[in-house]
Amino acid sequence: MTKPENPRGVELSSKQMKEGDVIVNKWDPRVKYAWATGEAISRFLEEMKNGKLIARKCDSCDRILFPPRMFCEECFKPTTEWVYIKDTGKIETYSISYLDKDARRITDPIFVGVVSIDGASEKMGIMHYFDETTKEDIHIGMPVKAVWKPPEEREGAITDIKYFRPLKEGEE
Amino acid sequence: MEEKIAVVGAGSTKFRPDTSEQNWKELMFEGASKAYTDAGLNPRKDIDSFVTCAEDYWEGFSIYDEFVPDQLGAAMRPTCTVCGDGLHGLAIACMQIMSGMVDVVAVEAHSKISDLNTYNDVVLFAFDPIYNRPLAGHPYYVAGMEMNAFLNGSGNTEEQCAGVVSKNMTNALKNPLAAYGKRVGVGDVMGSEPMFSPAKKLDIAELVDGSVVLVLARAEKAKDIADNPIWITGFGWNSGTPWLEGRTWGRASYAEEAAKMAYKMAGIAEPRSEIGFAEVDDKFSYKELMHLEAVGLAGRGQAGNDLENGRFHADGDLPINASGGSLGCGNLIEASGLHRALEVVLQLRGQAEGRQLNDVERGLAQSWRGVPTASGAAAIFER
Repeated sequence: MTKPENPRGVELSSKQMKEGDVIVNKWDPRVKYAWATGEAISRFLEEMKNGKLIARKCDSCDRILFPPRMFCEECFKPTTEWVYIKDTGKIETYSISYLDKDARRITDPIFVGVVSIDGASEKMGIMHYFDETTKEDIHIGMPVKAVWKPPEEREGAITDIKYFRPLKEGEE
Repeated sequence: MEEKIAVVGAGSTKFRPDTSEQNWKELMFEGASKAYTDAGLNPRKDIDSFVTCAEDYWEGFSIYDEFVPDQLGAAMRPTCTVCGDGLHGLAIACMQIMSGMVDVVAVEAHSKISDLNTYNDVVLFAFDPIYNRPLAGHPYYVAGMEMNAFLNGSGNTEEQCAGVVSKNMTNALKNPLAAYGKRVGVGDVMGSEPMFSPAKKLDIAELVDGSVVLVLARAEKAKDIADNPIWITGFGWNSGTPWLEGRTWGRASYAEEAAKMAYKMAGIAEPRSEIGFAEVDDKFSYKELMHLEAVGLAGRGQAGNDLENGRFHADGDLPINASGGSLGCGNLIEASGLHRALEVVLQLRGQAEGRQLNDVERGLAQSWRGVPTASGAAAIFER
């Protein structure tokens, strides 16, 4: 098992680690946070629960900022007004992910990307999943619409939207 | 210091144990807005560079740096984060100006520590993983160990430490930013619960949230921007050993060295006669006495006696922590040093309201990064 002639040292197996043949020091850090969402995010989440998307307007540059924020990063001024926007938009960019977070291959790849939301200013939108589409059909610029969870299942989270699907003809 | 640099803007939120109505961005926006309004500058065009002091574990984000620009007016501008105390950030900002690359720099430091539910565990996580962390427990016992060694070695007393608490909490009553202004006596402190003996409950500063921002500019710009520029004439920083086993317990070597560096730059040979007032780290009561001895504002073993003789009170010869310090304002984590700098600036401008000191010309701000560190910084400000 040991190879003293190997100048790179001795190989260890996970079995040896588990059985305590080697000295192991372990520590599980306890790091827990409860981030205050603040004014803008709180309202955004409340409205998600209502099945609506809400933005903030900057009356200095006239942009509709989404997700909403209490100050405009371009003008460095407080934003002034709440504005409801639509739950439709266009795909800015997307990727099809064939791996999960542990880098294991998944059979049904995840379609994920950024949607610019109709009614908000340019480059203002939301990152989410796409579904009811195919590798062949999905494309940058594709019009899409949010598919919401039923009201009783919504909890004030980004996942109150299940995914975005292609916008159907004649639909708003 | 060859390049003259001034503080031309100063702003801060109030310091409060809980700021759940704001998120961390909104808190920083408030501090920054106040400083830029004070300076009369638009950060989108008048400020060349932005420095924030933050540590991922306090914030709860990986690569926290990326979340900084918007709320400081720094979107698409030169921005960097310093993993250190606010005075470390101030030193970086000064060096950016001294390098000639920029003229005006904003420095921000904050605490949103109320977002962290496991403060003690994060502090413990800063302990050496093999030698110290397995002992676990509440990490503040390191402060108790240090207090014990300091009192033993220097001859200062627990009652004198209690006097620091009484002075600072009372000073804080005159500071509208402070969270813990309170009239407490030496007896109240001595009678408070034992925590990390010899440290008692009132010897320990409570945590608070807040955001502090200073705007710095090189001399030729500073005179255009501000009617009352406050000059930074020296700064320094230093770290002692991370080995708890190898420290010179009872002496704040990092503060000695950081101050030496700052004094040299400012041309100060006799700090005791050349510095009019100071804001020094007092996250634990004994730390104020220890730091005063380290930075040469009190003789070795004399800080406690000086305190009892009233020398460090607001009406004494050398007022210390007129702001209320961390004991009176709250422990602002990495923003603690920048808060001390803010107070020195306000005092020198004559804007310290009910706690204004008379005829102050030059002040020192000194910081310590807290348990279990042996790191800190210092800066000298002049009118």
